[in-house]
Order: sequence, then structure tokens, then C-alpha cells
Amino acid sequence: MRPKVEFLTPELKQRIISEARELICKLGIEIHNDSVISLLSDHGAKVEGQRVYYTDDIIDKSLESTPDSFKLYDSMGKEAVDLSGYKVNYTPGSAAINILDSNTGKSRKPTSADYVRYTQLMTGMRHVASQSTAMVPVDVHERISDSYRLYLSLMFCEKPVVTGTFTIEAFEIMKDLQLAVRGSKEALAAKPLTVFSCCPTSPLKWSDVTSQNVVDCARYSIPVEYISMPLSGFMAPVTLVGSIVQHTAETLSGLAITQLTNPGAPVLWGGSPAIFDLRYETTPMGAIGTMMIDCAYNEIGKHFGIPTQAYIGLSDAKMLDAQAGLETSMGATLAALAGINNISGPGMLDFESCFSLEKLVVDNEICGMTHRLVRGIEPKNDFPSLPHFEELLREGHLLISDHTRKHVRDEIYFPGPTIDRANRSRWEEEGSLTIGERARSEVTRLLTEAEPVRLSNDVKNEMTRLITTEANKLGMDKLPALE
Amino acid sequence: MELLQQISDQLEKGDTVKVAELTSQAIEQKLDTRIILDNGLIAGMAVVGKKFKAHDIFLPDVLLAARAMYAGLDLLKPLMIEEGIPTIGKVVIGTVQGDLHDIGKNLVGIMLKGAGFEVIDLGNDVTPEKFIDTAITEQADVIGLSALLTTTMPTMKKVVELAKERGIHGKTRIIIGGAPLSSEYAGDIGADAYCFDGIKAVECVKGFVGIN
Ligand code: B12
Repeated sequence: MRPKVEFLTPELKQRIISEARELICKLGIEIHNDSVISLLSDHGAKVEGQRVYYTDDIIDKSLESTPDSFKLYDSMGKEAVDLSGYKVNYTPGSAAINILDSNTGKSRKPTSADYVRYTQLMTGMRHVASQSTAMVPVDVHERISDSYRLYLSLMFCEKPVVTGTFTIEAFEIMKDLQLAVRGSKEALAAKPLTVFSCCPTSPLKWSDVTSQNVVDCARYSIPVEYISMPLSGFMAPVTLVGSIVQHTAETLSGLAITQLTNPGAPVLWGGSPAIFDLRYETTPMGAIGTMMIDCAYNEIGKHFGIPTQAYIGLSDAKMLDAQAGLETSMGATLAALAGINNISGPGMLDFESCFSLEKLVVDNEICGMTHRLVRGIEPKNDFPSLPHFEELLREGHLLISDHTRKHVRDEIYFPGPTIDRANRSRWEEEGSLTIGERARSEVTRLLTEAEPVRLSNDVKNEMTRLITTEANKLGMDKLPALE
Repeated sequence: MELLQQISDQLEKGDTVKVAELTSQAIEQKLDTRIILDNGLIAGMAVVGKKFKAHDIFLPDVLLAARAMYAGLDLLKPLMIEEGIPTIGKVVIGTVQGDLHDIGKNLVGIMLKGAGFEVIDLGNDVTPEKFIDTAITEQADVIGLSALLTTTMPTMKKVVELAKERGIHGKTRIIIGGAPLSSEYAGDIGADAYCFDGIKAVECVKGFVGIN
């Protein structure tokens, strides 16, 4: 039995969905993009200025054509992420404004060299299936800081990439980089390499940029994750149910833009909601209420048969401390039990704004533990029990029994060296290291092991040419040195 | 001043009706407009601000109190104009060009208003020209800039430069806020202050216009 957690009864789910449908049909969605408005109006939506009133027909059609699963493939074309059913995959938190400097312990703006270290480290993160464009380097022109991240990710790590653009124009080059890897539009559609995050603006609105991104991705069958962010008690009702209604409405509104553009284009029922902390004026990702909304909207996605995503399994702590550990593990555990298909979080601190390589290494262990957790408890040659116990009594131990040797590795999860399992004397002999110190040496070790990406030189050169051309247009005559 | 204390107390409770009633009484009793304003309404909001900072009350309580304050302020407005009493200060606020994050900016606007400032909200995606033109025509005391993206924060520098060009730099103070910013950055681009939240913004603007 796969262990699960659920928050919504079938009746409550139905009610939330019908309320959400009513919102987007009766109250409408404000859309700041004329071609998206025409698209919806061509399919029967009533339009008043920028307000678009969806219809049940549009919603039903979109739900019908949305695929119930899809896969991501690494840059070498190998399957890497299965987004279906209750399958759980992790990806780092994305687009941090800052990095927690390993040497000083202080938060600062990331550079391209930091980004390369991050993406190389990702190869060694066994339990984090894809990479994300986790930070925004500040040493390139701001107009290419989104595409440049994708370029670095593809140059230094083979894992698929969760990413997104900051402008309409950047989509073009970010798509071209992917075409360079896959060779053609068809090959890219057959084996998706990236997922683009596209955010509606709460409440019930789509901006010009992000709605255009949804359309552009759909045209190339590039998977999209809709990132609706109701903030409970501020930009959304204070109740968890009210926030889930809003999330459902906003996500359905995005789904229609994709499916009307290209029926069958792959999407994730995603989000990054948060409760609003009225005392500190903040949007805590580590709040238990935030995590509950995430798990519950995932149930709505599952009800529709659409794969899901959430920003959960991250922390608002400012350093790798006990709060970082507790919020990340609570989130990751709940998300895994809820069966959220793509869990965005590892490595992230400070309200999604600060990334830490050391935290990524620790979180990788948390992810490993939850992967074990959801495999649950199943008998493995356990019955009849008598022979095992006869052997135990006869031999005095089971250390070398066939049963032990056969199952030790899949039954018991052994974490890496960041998790302390030594007895006190050994721990002291090894330097009485804190988790932060152990994570730091693990980062160093994994980085020395980093191997070059196996893409051909032709592909790499083409990607470099593409990004250099963009940089030149903006007056940068060369790209930052990377090592 | 029993009556002014009552105004302040009712304001704290967020009782719009009572604040309006008591303010009318104060006006009928011919109390000095300035004193009703300072020792009644503003005094009440100061207590609310302190309690909010200490987490004794939450943001909704502040907003209710602010609404009650405006019920009183609206009655005083005609007298203030007649007597030439300026509003305590005017702030032009907005999110810089290319950036659509306006939640934090809105909250800061709400809190500044709550503290009695006149706030002109230009919305999001605001060009440097719009900020400076508005500040000049409105004779604003302070310009508040918000940015949440690494990619849009450099636009703030353009606003400061334009303020210099148009000769209001130093006179009209510029404050900045948003997740990617810092005091150092404010210093680097020549802005007057960085504020990490609404409470800080209120303190800072009060400092600039000389209220403690
Ligand atoms: C909510 C949110 C959104 C919402 C915004 C809705 C809205 N109407 O504003 C939506 C969904 C639309 C959105 C969109 C995007 N977002 Co966004 N978003 C956030 C999030 C989660 C919270 C921001 C927020 O509202 N916080 C709550 C308020 C109350 O706090 P605040 O904004 O910080 O404001 C306080 C202080 O900063 C200060 N302050 C703020 N402004 C001002 C101004 C003055 C004058 C003063 C004195 C003080 C002050 O006081 C405020 C009150 O305390 C942040 C994460 C974060 N850590 O900030 C990401 C974040 C800012 N977004 C991010 C990104 C990448 C995007 C998108 C590009 C995503 C995409 N690909 O579509 C788009 C951008 C579109 C655009 N061109 O602007 C990144 C930025 C990355 C970077 N390095 O630049 C962040 C950090 C998340 C992440 N890691 O990915 N986003």
C-alpha cells in the first residue's frame, strides 16, 4: 500500500471546483493580452474590455484535452522524470535573488560562476531528478539573465530543467537553445527537456508577459506549470478552502489558454500559494497552512487527472539551521505522501529568495528519505517467517543471510555523509562537525567529481553562439568567465 | 483633554462611527484643528503603530483604525484647507517599469495612508518619467519605488538619475523597497533610504517630514 495523505472529501472537492468554475464564468478573468483575449473569445467567451468570461464549454474542452501524464528527458534523451499518478520527483527551488555564500555564511547576489557550481552539483543530487534555473546571476545583462541561466544549465548538467522567462522576447532564445539540443521542433515535443513556470496574478488576472508565455510554450508543446499564488488573508480569502477555490479558478483559467492554443499540450497543475503572515508582512513557504493548501490543490489536480507541482519542501530560515531542516522535511514529507508529482523546493531559503548549495545537499537526503517513505511497507520474501527466525536462532544474527543481502539496499535507506549516524566517539574523532560543515565538504567533494556534459561540441558551440549573439545585441562583447 | 483621548481610544478600536461623532463634537467645541489632528487622530494612530510593531495587534486592526482615522480626517479636511494646515506629507509610490509585483507596494501604500500621509499610487510597471513628473506636479515629499526582480531593480537608478536631472533630488526624498534590495544598494544609486517593510517605511517617511 502506498501511504497517502488526503485533506479533501469528495464532496468538498466537487464544491470547490463548482465554485471556482462559477468565479471564472460569472466574475471573469482579467487578461492583459489581446491575442489571448481573442483566442478565448473565438471559443465563445464573452469579453468586456480586458475581462473575459469563461464558459463551461471552454473549461470542459480544456480539461478533456489535457494529458494525464508526461515525462521529461535529459539532454542526452534519456527518461529522467515521470509525471504521472502518485509518482514523486524533486526539483530545486527556482529563481533565487541571492545565494548563501559558502565561505562567509552571508547572503549575496549570485554570479555566473556560482551558477555553474550549482548546476554541476546537481548532477550528484541522486534524489533530485531535474535541475531548475535556481538563481539569477547578476553579472550578465538583465535582459538575458533568464536565458543565460538556461544556457548554463544545459552546458553543465544533463538533467532536464524547470525554468521560466522574465519577458516575452526571451522565450525565443530559450526555445532555440532547446532546439539546439534536440535537433528539431518535433524531437523536442516528443521528448520535453524543460518545464516553464507561468504565473497568473492573484486575484484572477493574467499579465501580458505570462499569458503570452503560456501560448508560446503551448505552440512548441513545451510543458508549462501554472503558478497561482493566492496569499491567504491578503490577496485571497483567509480560509484554506477559500484560497483553494481561488487557486482552482486561476489554474483552470490558464489551462484553457494552453489547451485552446494546442489541445493536448502537456501541463502541470502547479502553484506557490502561501498564507500571509499579518505580523511580519511576509509569505511563509514553511507555514503549515501553506503546505496544507499545496497538498489540497494537488488533490484537485488529481481529481481532474492532471499531473501536479508545488513549491513545498523549502524554508523561510536565513541559514542552514534547525528551522531550515524542520520546514523542509515537513513540506517534503507531506508533499510525497500527497503524491505531488514535481516538488519544487530543495536548496531554497528565505521566502524563495535565497539559494544554498549546502542546503541542497542536505535536502537531497530529505528527498531520499521521502522516496523511501512512499514505497511503504510491503512483504519481501517475509512469509513464511519461520525459516528466517530458525536461521536467526541458529546463526545468532542475520548479517549475512541471503534475505538480508537481497533486500538490505532497497529496504533500508542509507543517507549520505551529511546525515550524522556515527556514535559520539567517532563523531568527535572525525572533528565534531556540524551538519553545515559536513554539507560543505560534500559540496566540495561532489564538485571535484563533476564530469563534462556529454552533448556534442557542435551542440555546445551552437548554444554558445545563440547566447553570445543575444549578449552582443545588448552591448556585452563577451560572456563572464566561468571558473 | 478628555475628548481627544476618547477620539484616540475609539480610533484604536476601529470604531468609525464614534470617531466621526467625537471629531464633530471637538469641532463644535471649537477646539484647535491642529490639536484635534495631532492629539486625537494622529496620537491614536501612533498607539496603533506601536502595538502593531509589538505584535499585540494584527494588520487588519491597523487598517480598521486607519479607516476610523479617515472618518475623522474627512471632517477636519475643510478646516485644514481654510486654515492652511498642510497634510502631514505626500508620497508618490509605484512599482518600477517591467515589474508587476505590486502586493508589497500596495501594503506600504496602505500603511502610509494609515499613518495619515497622502498617497498617490501610480500602480505597477511605472516609467521613471511618470514617477518624476508626478512628484513634481504633486509637490510630493517622498517618492517610493518598489522592485521584486533582480532584472528590474536597475531601473531604480534611472529614477534617481532623472530626479537629479530635473532638480528635485535631495528635496523630494526617494525610498526604495522589495526583496532584491538593500541599504547598500540604496546608497549606491543615491536613493535616500531602503525600507524592508511597511512599518519601517512609515517610520522613515515620518522622519523625512519631521514627525516622530
Ligand atoms: C507573489 C509573487 C508574485 C506574484 C505577484 C502578484 C502581485 N500582484 O504582486 C506573481 C504571481 C504575479 C509573480 C510573478 C512573477 N514572479 Co514573483 N514572486 C512573488 C513572491 C512569492 C512574493 C512577493 C510578495 O508579494 N510578497 C509579499 C509582500 C508583502 O512583500 P514584498 O513584496 O517583499 O514587500 C514588502 C517589502 O519588500 C517592502 N517593500 C516592497 N516594496 C516597497 C516599496 C517601498 C517604497 C518601500 C518603502 C518598501 C517596499 O515592504 C513590503 C511590505 O512588507 C516573491 C518571493 C519573494 N521572496 O519575494 C516572488 C518573486 C519575487 N517572483 C519571482 C519571479 C521570477 C516572478 C516571475 C518572473 C515568474 C514568471 N516567470 O512568470 C513573474 C514576474 C512578472 C513580472 N514581470 O513582474 C522571483 C524573482 C526572481 C529574481 N531573482 O528576480 C521571486 C523571488 C520568486 C522566485 N524565487 O522565483 N510573482
